[in-house]
Amino acid sequence: MKALVDAMRDPGSIATLDADGWTGLIAAARAEQMIGSLAFRLEGQALPIAVARMCEEARASSAEWRRTALWEAEMAHRALCPLGIPVVLMKGTAYVAAGLDAGVGRSIGDLDVMIPRAALGNAEGALIAAGWEWVKPDPYDDAYYRDHMHELPPLIHRERDRMIDVHHTILPLTARQTPDAAAMIAQSVTLGDGLRVFCPEDMILHSVAHLFADGDLAGGLRNLWDQDRLLRQFGAVDGFGERLAARAALHGLSRHLARALRQTHALYGTPVHAGPLHLSDRLYLRRLTARDRWGRETRPFTRLLFYIRSHWLRMPPLMLMRHLWTKWRKGGIRLPGTDGGEAR
Amino acid sequence: MAAILYAADPPEARRRVSLDALDAIHHRPSGQTHLVCEPIPQILEALAAGPADAAGIVARLAIAHEFDPADAATIIAARLAELEAIGLLWRV
Amino acid sequence: MRHAFAVRIGPVGFRIGSAWAGPVEHLRTLYAGYPTPDDGVADFTVRLEAERPWRRWIRPSVAIRGDFTLPDAAPLPLAQGLLAAEMGMNLQMALGQRRYLILHASAVERDGRALLMTGHSGAGKSTLAALLGERGWRFMGDEFALLDPATGQLHAFPRMISLKNEAIATMAADVDSRRFGPLLKGTPKGDIRHLRPNDAALAAMDRPARPALILFPRFGFESAERPMAPSEVFVRLTQASTNYVALGEPGFAALTGLVKSVPSIAIDYPDTARAVAQVERLWATLAS
Repeated sequence: MKALVDAMRDPGSIATLDADGWTGLIAAARAEQMIGSLAFRLEGQALPIAVARMCEEARASSAEWRRTALWEAEMAHRALCPLGIPVVLMKGTAYVAAGLDAGVGRSIGDLDVMIPRAALGNAEGALIAAGWEWVKPDPYDDAYYRDHMHELPPLIHRERDRMIDVHHTILPLTARQTPDAAAMIAQSVTLGDGLRVFCPEDMILHSVAHLFADGDLAGGLRNLWDQDRLLRQFGAVDGFGERLAARAALHGLSRHLARALRQTHALYGTPVHAGPLHLSDRLYLRRLTARDRWGRETRPFTRLLFYIRSHWLRMPPLMLMRHLWTKWRKGGIRLPGTDGGEAR
Repeated sequence: MAAILYAADPPEARRRVSLDALDAIHHRPSGQTHLVCEPIPQILEALAAGPADAAGIVARLAIAHEFDPADAATIIAARLAELEAIGLLWRV
Repeated sequence: MRHAFAVRIGPVGFRIGSAWAGPVEHLRTLYAGYPTPDDGVADFTVRLEAERPWRRWIRPSVAIRGDFTLPDAAPLPLAQGLLAAEMGMNLQMALGQRRYLILHASAVERDGRALLMTGHSGAGKSTLAALLGERGWRFMGDEFALLDPATGQLHAFPRMISLKNEAIATMAADVDSRRFGPLLKGTPKGDIRHLRPNDAALAAMDRPARPALILFPRFGFESAERPMAPSEVFVRLTQASTNYVALGEPGFAALTGLVKSVPSIAIDYPDTARAVAQVERLWATLAS
């Protein structure tokens, strides 16, 4: 969806949009969960009244997302603080809690936190005592999480109906990269109220790892927008690029960081030293922008490729076969990109 | 057993509208609405002077309100636990 | 998408795309004379899609998608495409509306003052509003009433009236048959037939009204009336709102303001004729 990338990169580009162009831009921004960020990005631009109204509503909505996210963090903090363990906020909640540009207008879903692996059992007990409950009692999924994943099975709060994902590292234990979780917690910084966030380098590297080493690139435009904002804000300090590269090497994420830099630079013009685009980058960019002006997903084959790839990255092949087999037998699997529609 | 000390957000963190026998309270940090009856608004107000335990709150309430102090501490302690569960109070 | 239609209902613009011509043709007929979205930019997009590419032709079934989508919403057969469009629009309002506090209520207006009717499904709020709309009241909406937190005014949302089962015959006795859409038999909600609001309702669509009375009707009981306490009404209306929580403090202020300033009455009624008489009497008491 080129119009969305253009508007985020250069808000002045909206001057050429007609009514259909605007409708398409808004549908795409909603589909990519970027409507709040777009609304803030367009502040101060001359907009049609109907669009200005929608932007105002989107900004008000994101203020409520922010409030809810910070409240969930506070509730988790109150439940976990008697344990005396470090609780590191991750992703969107971390951005808004730390007051970073990446948090401006960001939509935030579940609460993601990281704690030391040794504290998982106690944390689980404390959260359950404070009203969180298991989402699914399925024994296969449960064993799968505990044996292979980088987080506890998701918990949901019975009153507030909000999810918490408790991580002890940033990638599944079966993934081929093994970032140094202990170093991430050790270097995390306090926000002053007992909660913590990753240090700037790790914050970027977590977003990079999540996008390129873990996911199927769904929501990638927004993740790269996060990275663009983080790189611009933290990169203003001398020597940040070098420290970031060194930290990536420590976590085994150098290749992923290099790709992220090339992609953010290509999409959003992020001022970083990125090499020339690789052939595979073009495939990534095709996948990232696979959405039409009705907000529909397009390019089903590219999407399918990335879905298989995301499982390949997380799990060794034999285990992948077993996982897909179990999922398939239970009828739980449905590949994305098979919901029809052609680019128009 | 040591008494539990509770703290609450300052009054400006809440918007309170009296409907009838019940008050509606909008709690700004959480965005949640609570419908409450006496003595909940009074407890929250009493905590504006700083953290207190159940006995301390009873003492503060006794200044402005008339009630039988005999079992007030038990009642207040129960309300405090409920308010903690919904996040309007926390332990310090 | 292959077929597209845009319309403004009250203050809200919609764009509906469809993989088939049928649903869009019906929409064009029923919504003839409605305005288009402000500035040509729709607030919400609805997509009526084939569930799988081949399902556009083979046993066609309509998946309801859009800016806001329920992942487990069941598709409808193509013959009920019009209902799918309506459900898609309702879904966008329920999940995406942020300018107004949405009350799941019907509304009519007289002398610039609005009467709200809300209640459980089957309580008759839709039929009552449609009937009053033909008997000297201005019809504002049968499903959603839009409360503006900035002004406390109620905005009309006069979409097609969705008549169900017995209500179809009740209205057919009062109304020109050309205002009816096709009869949709055997939908998940029984038989449904859409009724176009009358010209007066359309002409006044952009005129808000001040809420003056809230009724909680209940069909199938002997006539009775019971005044309701503001706190009870507040709870009922938070449950009848799809976006109360999402609006945050402005929603709280709007709703507490409404229940404190407007009287609310629960009314039981045995049939629509007596319900209309009850409403007229309560309204007259209010004015005196």
